Amino acid sequence: MADTIISVENLSKAYLVAHRSAKREAYATLRDVMVLEARNLVRKTADLLHGRQVLQGDSVEEFWALKDINFQVKQGEIIGIIGRNGAGKSTLLKILSRITDPTAGRVALTGRVSSLLEVGTGFHPELTGRENIFLNGAILGLTRSEIRRQFDAIVAFAEIETFLDTPVKRYSSGMYVRLAFAVAAHLQPDILIVDEVLAVGDSEFQKKCLGKMDESAKSGRTVLFVSHDMRRAGALCSRGILLDAGRIVCDGPMSQVIETYLAHHVMPASSVDLRGRNSRASNGDVQFQAIELVGSEGLSAQFTVGERFTQHITVRVNRRVGPVVVYATVFASDGVPVFSLFSPDDDFRWTPETGDFVVRIAVDRLQLYPGTYSINLWLADRNFEHLDSIARAATFSVIQEGSCITERALDRADGLVVQEARWSWDLAGAAESDKQPRTVAALAGGRG
Amino acid sequence: MKQQTLIIEAGRSSQIFYWRDLWQYRELFRVLAWRDLSIRYKQTVIGAAWALIRPFLTMVVFTIVFGKLAHLPSDGSAPYPIMVFAGILPWTFFSTAFGDAANSVISNSALISKVYFPRLIVPAAAVIVDLTDFLISFLILGVLMAWYRFIPDWKILLLPAFTALVFLASLGIGVWMAALNVKYRDFRYIIPFIVQFGLFVSPVGFSSNIVPPQWRLLYSLNPLVGAIDGFRWCILGGQTELYLPGVLISSCIVVFFLWLGIKQFRRTEQSFADLI
Repeated sequence: MADTIISVENLSKAYLVAHRSAKREAYATLRDVMVLEARNLVRKTADLLHGRQVLQGDSVEEFWALKDINFQVKQGEIIGIIGRNGAGKSTLLKILSRITDPTAGRVALTGRVSSLLEVGTGFHPELTGRENIFLNGAILGLTRSEIRRQFDAIVAFAEIETFLDTPVKRYSSGMYVRLAFAVAAHLQPDILIVDEVLAVGDSEFQKKCLGKMDESAKSGRTVLFVSHDMRRAGALCSRGILLDAGRIVCDGPMSQVIETYLAHHVMPASSVDLRGRNSRASNGDVQFQAIELVGSEGLSAQFTVGERFTQHITVRVNRRVGPVVVYATVFASDGVPVFSLFSPDDDFRWTPETGDFVVRIAVDRLQLYPGTYSINLWLADRNFEHLDSIARAATFSVIQEGSCITERALDRADGLVVQEARWSWDLAGAAESDKQPRTVAALAGGRG
Repeated sequence: MKQQTLIIEAGRSSQIFYWRDLWQYRELFRVLAWRDLSIRYKQTVIGAAWALIRPFLTMVVFTIVFGKLAHLPSDGSAPYPIMVFAGILPWTFFSTAFGDAANSVISNSALISKVYFPRLIVPAAAVIVDLTDFLISFLILGVLMAWYRFIPDWKILLLPAFTALVFLASLGIGVWMAALNVKYRDFRYIIPFIVQFGLFVSPVGFSSNIVPPQWRLLYSLNPLVGAIDGFRWCILGGQTELYLPGVLISSCIVVFFLWLGIKQFRRTEQSFADLI
């Protein structure tokens, strides 16, 4: 127990939320409104006298953002906290970083805690980069001599040498974020709490930040990391905690937690109606309508390793746009893209008239390791100008059944793609002309 | 190195470590004060001269209204402008510092909802910033004294004590209002009113000697009365006797508000991030 650095016991947090009653809309007579307002005034005055919080609304309700959370963290662990919006992730981090008090429960923290819930907290636009480094450093709990010692490293990390004496209000947003993270990255706390700050900044810089966090953990620091980006969380964290509606749903190895998360929130389905998806950018000329996944025995959301895998994609063409390019990316549950099917690659040329069409993409053998996968779809015209795209259009799972391809149990830790190869052996140093493969052992062979 | 374990629990978080934390975060206190100071007069034409112009104009208006038009008496033989200015100095400091401290927590909401630090730093830094403006305006007093060839005696050396009294008064009441302001935004409207009202019930434009003697003690319940009287006594070199019971009562009231303010602030501080 000596190296347990964070210990959380029965942690709960309640917020008061107020609602406007439905009555207000139902009877909007002056008299009703006056009665309602008078009651509210009495309630607010009573709240004031009891020193309670004053809320705008007709009825007050308790909302538990966190309920009975228990977990322990050991020194040097990197923990990813994932969950949907409103699952309680940020509330948990706020309690751990002492910004707000829990309603019940107990937390024991050993060592210096630094939290980075937002990049550039306390940056003042009128102050220069140099001044803001000192300001932000002090806000994050560094002393002046510590900042001075790290100053050059911070400036070099942020790559803003030439703009040090420019007010940060003249900075580009990229520079701003780089400077902000640079200060935070040079904190040397025992426990670092980070909330989604990596959503900003270019990918080059994000990589640098992740590297820095990884480095921190290697030198014995503990990192708690909240993210929506499964791939990033998966790459960085060894252990994950999945929150849902204020409770811990799953606590374990990151890959398992991500798997649980996706199983909770994205249901594998053989046929998905895409018309209702509004998270797309499309001018309406050409749109995805539906996607169906077809295996060797008809519609399915579950495929065996090596099974035939066909996507039937329904596309509505409202206006002729010339040749259309279709792009389908299959990615794994942790967000890693596995392969992309790109219509020009396979010489598929399609110049649709207006109307509804079904495009079929057939993969003869689905050579994926067992797991959950999703498909992103993209439509473009001849010049690769964007027409429509849908993220996570469909989700399917792959299972291992029977002896297709291999009998060995396929474990996701070994890879993503079941790659076949031809093997041979020979005596080392034999002349090139002598080289005659003695054995050809191929895993190849038809399915089943 | 032995590391300390911090316990977070409902209601009693960091109670033990609070004052130690406050000391550890002194750097933040310094930086926040310096930040507010360095941005205070940014993008203004005359900059810190504003710290001189405002009290100077107030002094001119008060001298004309109370001294020339209303013919109120000065303290002893002291020139009326100096007498007025000796009252304006502490009053301006109090009113700006109190107002800034009361609004400081709300105007730093981004900081408070994202980072932990002892929240008491925020109103304290706001008061410190106004202290510098206060010190700058002593320049005017020097010019006035030279103009009227008025020479203060040794009593001016006691001025820091009364400055401390004003400082504690604005901190105490400001911290209390800051805590209330986070919870009940009604105080945003009450604060300017208190400042406006206070100007007339405090002896700023006139000497407290014009208050009838039987009411003097009651009048001193206003903590600013003792402070302003003290300022006049120090600066004008005791043209009139210092009314000691009044100073005592005002000081007690200041200490009471300081205790009340810090107590209230500490009690609600933990929920600031939820309410702000």
